[in-house]
Amino acid sequence: MKQKFDTISSTCVPLPLENVDTDQIIPARFLKATTREESFFGENLFRDWRYNPDGSVNEDFVLNNPKYSGEILVAGKNFGSGSSREHAAWAIAGYGFRVVISSFFADIHKNNELNNFVLPVVVSEPFLASLFASIEADPKTIVEVDLPNQTVTNKATGESERFEINGYKKYCLMNALDDIDFLLENKDKTIAWEEAGKA
Amino acid sequence: MANTLFDKIWDRHVVQHVDDGPEQLYIDRLYCHEVTSPQAFEGMRRRGIKCFRPGNIFCMPDHNTPTHDQDRPIEDPVSKTQVDTLARNAEEFGLEHFGMMNPKNGIIHVVGPERGLSLPGMTIVCGDSHTSTHGAMGAVAFGIGTSEVEMVLASQCILQQKPKSMRINIEGKLGKDVTAKDVALFLMSKLTTSGATGYFVEYAGEAVRDLSMEGRLTLCNLSIEMGARGGFIAPDDVTFEYIKGREYAPKGEDWDKAVEYWKTLRSGDDAVFDKELTFRAEDIEPFVTYGTNPGMGMGITQTIPSLDTIPEAGKASYLKSLDYMGFKPGQKLLGTPVDYVFLGACTNGRIEDFRAFASIAKGRRKADGVTAWLVPGSWMVYDQIKEEGLDKTLEEAGFEIRQPGCSACLAMNDDKIPAGKLAVSTSNRNFEGRQGPGARTVLASPLVAAAAAVTGVITDPRTL
Repeated sequence: MKQKFDTISSTCVPLPLENVDTDQIIPARFLKATTREESFFGENLFRDWRYNPDGSVNEDFVLNNPKYSGEILVAGKNFGSGSSREHAAWAIAGYGFRVVISSFFADIHKNNELNNFVLPVVVSEPFLASLFASIEADPKTIVEVDLPNQTVTNKATGESERFEINGYKKYCLMNALDDIDFLLENKDKTIAWEEAGKA
Repeated sequence: MANTLFDKIWDRHVVQHVDDGPEQLYIDRLYCHEVTSPQAFEGMRRRGIKCFRPGNIFCMPDHNTPTHDQDRPIEDPVSKTQVDTLARNAEEFGLEHFGMMNPKNGIIHVVGPERGLSLPGMTIVCGDSHTSTHGAMGAVAFGIGTSEVEMVLASQCILQQKPKSMRINIEGKLGKDVTAKDVALFLMSKLTTSGATGYFVEYAGEAVRDLSMEGRLTLCNLSIEMGARGGFIAPDDVTFEYIKGREYAPKGEDWDKAVEYWKTLRSGDDAVFDKELTFRAEDIEPFVTYGTNPGMGMGITQTIPSLDTIPEAGKASYLKSLDYMGFKPGQKLLGTPVDYVFLGACTNGRIEDFRAFASIAKGRRKADGVTAWLVPGSWMVYDQIKEEGLDKTLEEAGFEIRQPGCSACLAMNDDKIPAGKLAVSTSNRNFEGRQGPGARTVLASPLVAAAAAVTGVITDPRTL
């Protein structure tokens, strides 16, 4: 969803597992929609971890634990590996997350988050470990993600890190612009490239 | 210095460098399947725009297609809607569409190369992570999200940060019954599922050169499972021989000109890669996975790693994974009973894979208690199976050939492995629930799959 991104301060939902793949984020059987119904995808975020095979709620899964809530998902390294399905980013956005913090993201999923105005924030392993510890000690721990200054701060410990994002994408997020707007404006350059005989 | 093959192809397609941002990359070929394209077409309609270069775009359903009775309407109404939506979108936007029952239909990553649509030197994208497959043709091919599909529909370009380059050399000769699939599973076990994230991989070395085109397609297909955006192999005579005469391949003078250009598509002798790795082919044996990501694999004679070899931060995920699979650290997989065998997918759904499977099935019988699904990657593969009489060999052994599609690789159609059942699968992912909720997947080559199918247990094909 196109929305302007600035600074977000929120409690977090911790998911301290590594290699969370997009099949877990949204299983394939929920990919059959032909429209972008973010609420539908959001309802099925982590479907097979949230619900038991008989359809009952899995009380052990973090999204079902009333202690944890917020606009920030904190996940173990290599988040979003596997399938390119953008439905995973729609599910994350549809559930209400605006930021995902991890020490490492899979490439395609990272782009998909950015294209849906969800900010993937890459932090160091020690920062991530310390953040998981803070959230475990106090689920009300606040994290501040400041896009203009590219900093992420764990308010419980005061630890802060700078995160990377290219200037173009940052501008897009802060102004709710997407890449298609840019590409449509630059068609003359594409045509010039084609005419130069490279196509 | 821009002297790797990756640089040559990528740089040639750069329309412009965006200030403090990505590159605008021109795309030669966009493939659309029914799952990841509808929202992109919806976006086009919302913006009120047409496709910029419709002639460069090819559409076909593959994920939802049933593997039986394709001449009848799809039973699952939601699958049917998705497949019908692709047909309607292709028509509305003036795009070539190979629908169900069209002899050109099949899994996109099987059809593109076999029809001569994916060619050396091209940039190729699709809303599907296994687009890396087409890299075997000597192309820069990678998976994208649906927003990016919309970008290409709208402008024939995407905005993309240029990945780093890596070369993986496999030197020496592969042993008996060791296939491209085993090489890929071996690499994933060495690099993990994130070891090549941020990179584009060039595969090289004697063992790679020795692979057939089908083997190369399998190897490149699995690049994404090491995290790489794509993987490719410099085109050579094997590539040219494969492409020649195929439907959409250049013909006559155009062919000669194309081959002349394709022959320049190789990394310079002085090319510098951001990372370079070398392995020995002799160190690779038939592989199987034991966990819930493709990097959790081992030689078929080995034992599952003990817990003390796993780094602290990864222990919880490791135990969760083994618990799901019902396996224990230190356990051997040889002799483990198998419920299902799946031959197919964009990884191993080509003619050579069926020949391999049939070579083991010949003169043997499918084990009682094993359900086997043999799904060709396309109608072209299906027809060739019949032409070569492999269907007879397989039928005599108690197997049947189904109709083409993605099938049980991700179980979006009705080919779902039931909860708790163990499947030896030639597909690409063993994620939790990938082949159906609760399904347990062991990834392997067509030879290992066939050995399991005829013995009923995980078996080293070299012992048959």
